[in-house]
Amino acid sequence: MWSLFLRDIRLSIRAGGGALIGVIFFLAVIVTIPFGVGPDLNLLSRIGPAILWIAALLACLLGLDRLFQADREDGSLDLLVLNGDRHMLALTVLTKCLAHWTGSVLPLVVAAPLLGLFMNMEPLGIGATALTLLVGTPAITFIGAAGAAVAVALPRGGLLISVLVLPLTIPVLIFGVSASYGAIADPAPFLQPFLILAALTLFLAVVGPLAAALALRHGTD
Amino acid sequence: MRLIAENLGGERGGETVFSNIGFAIDKGEALIVTGPNGAGKSTLLRIVAGLLPAAAGKVLVEGGGEAFPTVASAAHYLGHLNAMKTVLSVEENLGFWRAFQSEPGLSVEEALETVALGGLGHLPFGYLSTGQRRRASIAKLLVSRRPIWLLDEPTAGLDKASEERFAGLMRGHLDDGGIVVAATHLPLGLEGAKALRMGQVL
Repeated sequence: MWSLFLRDIRLSIRAGGGALIGVIFFLAVIVTIPFGVGPDLNLLSRIGPAILWIAALLACLLGLDRLFQADREDGSLDLLVLNGDRHMLALTVLTKCLAHWTGSVLPLVVAAPLLGLFMNMEPLGIGATALTLLVGTPAITFIGAAGAAVAVALPRGGLLISVLVLPLTIPVLIFGVSASYGAIADPAPFLQPFLILAALTLFLAVVGPLAAALALRHGTD
Repeated sequence: MRLIAENLGGERGGETVFSNIGFAIDKGEALIVTGPNGAGKSTLLRIVAGLLPAAAGKVLVEGGGEAFPTVASAAHYLGHLNAMKTVLSVEENLGFWRAFQSEPGLSVEEALETVALGGLGHLPFGYLSTGQRRRASIAKLLVSRRPIWLLDEPTAGLDKASEERFAGLMRGHLDDGGIVVAATHLPLGLEGAKALRMGQVL
């Protein structure tokens, strides 16, 4: 399993891996917002956490279609499925998700504090948003894996995956944003939504790979 | 070890491609599957590997023991695609499959020497020619141990010398008590192999 993780990380940083596409998209969205909204610093700092979360969510969805498709095109997916008797296929999927998250989504989380400055957010809010992104974005990858597995045989499945997956990611978005606001706005709680966010990630870490493994097993042709 | 297929039927998109195919192969035996294009050779191999559901019948392996209880766990599948990443080096590709598939066989260097690619292991897989890619893919059969080799057009793109070397590899595998099932149009140089001719559809 460790070898699969290392291989996927290597692939994402080598030429054509597309690890930076998500970060660049994230950057582009965040940088454009102040121009669209106008130079109202109070407004920007108020909507900051939500904008960071929405942009991160969309950037996460961007690279998901390649999660299994690249392996399918060169025949690796057949061998991964064939080895499903030796390593449970869901674990293989989980490993691929973790590698995808480390390679393409973790850079978003690292870039988020810097981009928080663009939104005139205060340090506490930036820290809370980065923390909720760190805990919440794996959940998006796990749901996305199920979508990617369903659409693996479609040549232009990227948009379809986003449409399939987006409704399922809404709870993650809601609790991520409300935890971020809970840290800066006093009456609202931070800990409760944050714990629900963590629970969502743990729950989807089991359900997502299982669903994806099922779809992959029945989707080979 | 014994690989058995009973009354296999195959479908593609709801159309029956073949039906009532049966065979039993003991260890040390090879089965060469021939037939015209569209006769269902690749479909048969994918069904045997368990990558496609069988429309009828079943495939089972007897005497695989602890290590190889099912066909999927006992088989190498070499399809039309090489299952190698073009941006990774040949060594990285083989090293990955060796670690991932467990039951390690030859080391990566030894396997590359065996297919006469010694010294090319550091190159990205994408820089190799078609025949060299196929040979690297054949080296994948050697880096982890599996008693059953399911080969789909294994010699496509190979030159004469490589074909003979590959025939030698297959004979070595059979002498070790392995099983080979190969779909091919070209003679593979295996004497005494069983033959299965897949005919016209029904």
